[in-house]
Amino acid sequence: MPIEVRHLTHCYSSGTPLSTVALDDISFRIEDGEFIGIIGHTGSGKSTLVQHLNGLLKPSSGEVLIDGEDLNGEHTNRRLLRQKIGLVFQYPEYQLFEETVAKDIAFGPKNMGLSSAEIDERVRYAMASVHLDYDKYAERSPFELSGGQMRRVAIAGVLAMQPSVLILDEPTAGLDPRGRDRILSMLEELHASGSVTILMVSHSMDDMARLATRLLVIADGKLVATGTPREIFAQSEMMTSIGLDVPEAVHLCRELRNRGMDIPPDLYRTAELKDAILQLWSRRKEGPAC
Amino acid sequence: MLNNITIGQYYPVDSPVHRLDPRIKLILTIGFIVSVFLAQSFSGYVLLFAFIFFVSRLSRVPFRMLLKGLKPLRIIIILTFFLNLFFTQGENVWVEFWIIRITREAFLQALFYSLRLIFLVAGTSLLTLTTSPVALADGLEILLSPLKKIHFPAHELAMMMTIALRFIPTLLEETDKIMKAQMARGADFESGNLISRARAMVPLLVPLFVSAFRRAGDLAMAMESRCYHGGEGRTRLRSLKLTRADLIACLVVAGFIALVVCSGLFLPF
Ligand SMILES: Nc1ncnc2c1ncn2[C@@H]1O[C@H](COP(=O)(O)OP(=O)(O)O)[C@@H](O)[C@H]1O
Ligand SMILES: [Mg+2]
Repeated sequence: MPIEVRHLTHCYSSGTPLSTVALDDISFRIEDGEFIGIIGHTGSGKSTLVQHLNGLLKPSSGEVLIDGEDLNGEHTNRRLLRQKIGLVFQYPEYQLFEETVAKDIAFGPKNMGLSSAEIDERVRYAMASVHLDYDKYAERSPFELSGGQMRRVAIAGVLAMQPSVLILDEPTAGLDPRGRDRILSMLEELHASGSVTILMVSHSMDDMARLATRLLVIADGKLVATGTPREIFAQSEMMTSIGLDVPEAVHLCRELRNRGMDIPPDLYRTAELKDAILQLWSRRKEGPAC
Repeated sequence: MLNNITIGQYYPVDSPVHRLDPRIKLILTIGFIVSVFLAQSFSGYVLLFAFIFFVSRLSRVPFRMLLKGLKPLRIIIILTFFLNLFFTQGENVWVEFWIIRITREAFLQALFYSLRLIFLVAGTSLLTLTTSPVALADGLEILLSPLKKIHFPAHELAMMMTIALRFIPTLLEETDKIMKAQMARGADFESGNLISRARAMVPLLVPLFVSAFRRAGDLAMAMESRCYHGGEGRTRLRSLKLTRADLIACLVVAGFIALVVCSGLFLPF
């Protein structure tokens, strides 16, 4: 399901003294199978943007096309489209409400009107996807889990609808490194399985470097750049000027090159950089000492 | 979704009326309410209208904001008008058929009673439009503080008001967010009969209560860890000071009340 956004503008509380333009003439297109990273500083409009992609917010002007169909058209079944485009809000653990984990995850499939056998299957699938052991957690109350586990339950609640596009708003915010890593590797696996297009909003450039195939850079409601992480992270001045950083690996790579180390200029993933340094290291050991 | 609800209708601009001391504004509002009840004649009502118009001009609050405040009460106002119109006894009959009898006296009384309601609402709206809720709570606390002698919890009351007001926007925002999050999971808050609609509220209310209790706990902890122990011996960050403008406002309103009273006594209509 390709998503196309055309000249999207959104204005909160328009016509009052508190009116804010949160999105300003944004256009882009997302193809199937991409892993899109949306980056921008706080208040740049990322959350507003993703809420337009499944019709929770209506554009002030412009349009959102899903599979060529106008999301806000008169005859569009938005509830059906919302099942295809799963949106995980920021801090999704605050939306849990059922007595048990399994029931909470079943909320989405139930609203889709599936049979109870199908619902059960979806719940098991979703819990497996987020690495929660069904036998251990299905009957527990979601309110007695750890923060990271609650967040995974909430994500499972969206995954259980088996959306073709999964959108996550800062899924790792406020988690410890282990909880964060679990979510990221879960997303990595999900994307590798090839069935889901993923859009992730994040502050962490390192997370983006690890996962994204393409980045959308937002500043003050405008789309200022789009491209592969390699292209985007090569423009570190632009990134700094809009209050963003580049991954640690990019800084380190530049420092090392400044000091005369012979490594490629455009490394941005920590793992890549590590390999390059190790390679150089082993060559030096073999060759003459410098 | 919820952005058309405004609670605490403070209209944030800078004006001489906004800058007045909240205590004075509270007292002057009471003065205005008294004058509404003192006005007995047509000229008195003209004066009241002129006063409202003058203050709203001075406060730079658009007149339509005042009218918006009247909207929720329009049923009551209309009802007041017609009840008085039909059920007041009088001499000079204007219309009479079947059981309906409209007299000149009834018409005037109906007009005055509904105007009185309108002026009361407009006057108090002017207070809340030009005074931030926190300033209002502050002013109220000081005005009520003499009652502490008889163990009236003035400080606690004001503190509760301030906290409640502070959290209304937060809770609204949260409601909006949870609603959207559940809608993203296919929840439907808009269609269905009463029972299914009530049931649809559960996924909204449970998280909302959980988070409200969590916030309350956090806030209590934060206050206690900063040694909050109630109002005793507590000084203020923004202490209220009376200025020349406050004095002038008092004189203006006092003069206005006198005028209203005189108009009832000496003017023929
Ligand atoms: N419900 C809302 N009502 C009014 N303004 C809002 C609302 N939500 C966000 N905004 C404003 O819109 C802008 C973009 O916000 P948001 O999309 O949340 O940014 P981000 O997710 O990038 O931090 C901000 O200036 C914010 O204050
Ligand atoms: Mg956000």
